[in-house]
Amino acid sequence: MLLLTCPCCGAEADETELQPGGAAHLTRVGPGAPDEAFESYLFHRENPRGVHIERWRHAHGCGKWFHAARCTRTLEVFGTYPAQITAPPQPIRDAIAAKHPGWAWKEGK
Amino acid sequence: MSDPVSALNGAAYDGVVRVEELGLRGMITLRGDHASVAVKNAATGVAGVDFPDALACDTVGERGLAWMSPDELLVLVPYAEADRAVAAMQAELAGTHSLVVNVSDARAMFRISGPAAREVLAKLCPVDLSPGAFGPGDFRRTRAAQVPVAFWMQADDAFALICFRSVAGYVFDLLKTAARPGGEIGYFPAGA
Repeated sequence: MLLLTCPCCGAEADETELQPGGAAHLTRVGPGAPDEAFESYLFHRENPRGVHIERWRHAHGCGKWFHAARCTRTLEVFGTYPAQITAPPQPIRDAIAAKHPGWAWKEGK
Repeated sequence: MSDPVSALNGAAYDGVVRVEELGLRGMITLRGDHASVAVKNAATGVAGVDFPDALACDTVGERGLAWMSPDELLVLVPYAEADRAVAAMQAELAGTHSLVVNVSDARAMFRISGPAAREVLAKLCPVDLSPGAFGPGDFRRTRAAQVPVAFWMQADDAFALICFRSVAGYVFDLLKTAARPGGEIGYFPAGA
């Protein structure tokens, strides 16, 4: 069971109240981009067994999108933060680094 | 002129708790910036109660304000007053970015009352309903089994629950099943 605290309304929401929105902070490569960049966006995404930064929507609650950082191996949740922030905030990076010493934030992957 | 009727026409069930459909209630969706003085005044002026905190609701009788999301409120008024209340709020909010809609006929409201009310709702909703986590005045939007609902605690052993009118029969059946005699769990301490 996954419990995420919605940063918009503050409710502790169960996974079944939420709608998953996939990986967060991706650089979305559009039609005008070179083939290599588009191929990389489509097929060369990182998908580790470990730390993921994801988008979720509090669908059965306040209806707002937000970001969550969690580990898919341990199901530990490192924190949630508003959708308007375009990279993980420092406290969340610190919380992840404390548990996963090799982990580093990579822009756009 | 046909008379308006509520979804289940006041159906009730007595099990380990009493489940009753509350009949016609005025419900108005108000979307706008909660920080705006105009939005606050329009809501509190019609409802006659204080502006609620996040995840809370403030009700007196059939009137009240419920915090639905960071930019949405539910205004509760007697059914007959809903249209007038909408007009009053729209007049007050002219020029302010906002939306006021009478949703009374799109919703159904239930009351779940009895010492086991927490337990009955906890069977259906993924919400921490322990006395330490959820008390009178707290409001929560969530799901009951497969449909969205919202509920708040009116007193120590009574909840009001709203759902869409189209699923009122489903929600009533859910509540009846959860409240069937023999299904008591007794997880929450009595009287809490």
